[in-house]
Amino acid sequence: MENNAFYVALSLLLNFDAALYQIVALSLQVSLLAVLIAAVLGFPLGAAVALWRFPGRGGVIVVLNALMGLPPVVAGLMVYLLLSRAGPLGELGFLFTPGAMVIAQVVLVLPILAALSRQKVEEMLGEYREQFVSLGMSRARMMPTLLWDARFALLTVLLAGFGRASAEVGAVMMVGGNIDGVTRVMTTAIVLETGKGNLPLALGLGIVLLTLVMLINAGAYLVGELTRRRTG
Amino acid sequence: MTSMNAPLLASSALYPPPALSFDGVTFSHEEKVLLGPCSFTLDGTGPTLIMGPNGAGKSLLLRLAHGLLSPTQGQVSWSSEGSPRQAMVFQQPVLLRRSAVANLIHALSVNNVPRRARAKLAFDALERFGLAACSDTPARVLSGGQQQRLALARAWVLSPQVLFLDEPTSALDPAAIKAVEAAVREFHKRGTRIVMTTHDLHQARRLAGDVLFLSGGKVREHTPAETFFNTPVSREAQAFVAGELVD
Repeated sequence: MENNAFYVALSLLLNFDAALYQIVALSLQVSLLAVLIAAVLGFPLGAAVALWRFPGRGGVIVVLNALMGLPPVVAGLMVYLLLSRAGPLGELGFLFTPGAMVIAQVVLVLPILAALSRQKVEEMLGEYREQFVSLGMSRARMMPTLLWDARFALLTVLLAGFGRASAEVGAVMMVGGNIDGVTRVMTTAIVLETGKGNLPLALGLGIVLLTLVMLINAGAYLVGELTRRRTG
Repeated sequence: MTSMNAPLLASSALYPPPALSFDGVTFSHEEKVLLGPCSFTLDGTGPTLIMGPNGAGKSLLLRLAHGLLSPTQGQVSWSSEGSPRQAMVFQQPVLLRRSAVANLIHALSVNNVPRRARAKLAFDALERFGLAACSDTPARVLSGGQQQRLALARAWVLSPQVLFLDEPTSALDPAAIKAVEAAVREFHKRGTRIVMTTHDLHQARRLAGDVLFLSGGKVREHTPAETFFNTPVSREAQAFVAGELVD
């Protein structure tokens, strides 16, 4: 019975295992904060690329699209070099803290949010453009209108970003260090327990992670559907 | 994309509306001349109905006049200082994914109407166009006729001196057409210059003060409505009024 992953997962949850809750809480904090920061930067960036014509725009779009597939370990390495003692931001002493993990995840999520929101906003602009010009709107004024009107599409984009952030292990492992009680999150804990051969615990953690992601997606879907029905 | 609307005044003497002049206006796309050269002046009381067969360049002319497109050659000018306040109602109304009233408030907000004044102006316009009951309804779930009325209400709150309408009733049923035509008359009564395209002769007879007839990208005649319907001069217009199929 103790070797059954579902049993382990359930007993961990039901016993309010303190270590587990800390790991879950840190995972959520890091990923949610990373997605929030990436959204604040990425949505306006995507909308700006959709709205303005400038030299090298095609290149920017290609780079954003390509970075959606950026391997997490490469992002981790970049942030590691940036934050390591000898690196340009080494002074901050950020390496092996949750802050470093947030930065790494922002690097991973930002291209997804920017590239996909660029696409959604551009589609919508095609539909709205004449009306906007008729209303005498500047491009800068179009941006908030488009972002708000694309809100349902952007919610899905946000979920894609959160999925990437919460599922990612390579980058947070490199810049966080998987320090027990400080930077251990669900994915790094799963890797560790698997390595130790504690497969039921690893699987149990996996089930908890999966359940959390499901719950968040279900919640976002419900919110989206309800508002969509209300606002058409 | 510069702002083409002059600042919106709370109350303004709208009459007489500024006159619109086309001076040798040509519009070409990929070396092909789609419209013009056109020269004419709209300075009567209107409403001006732009008529002609499909592909004659009616919508193009309207977009050039409104400033959505720039002429390849020639000049579009107004008798007023600078461009007058203007609005356009499209064949397919383009409404934001928000409630009816939020659509109007958005239009007021981009025209820098003070926040306090917006809600009242918006509700008054909804009431005027028979949409008070659906102010909180998402604009995009309204019926086709309601959507077009909402587009007219959005134009109304901006108190335009000139209103362009591009086949605003072509997708509507008779009751909705009637409401749109009544709205157009309201704008006209307020002293707004109306420039509207249609391919419906009956509608033109009901609304027109003067008619600008286009075919093959050229202005064939510009006469008072009476003259156009009773004694059209050009061969194309004669055929069009007679109900023949012109190309």
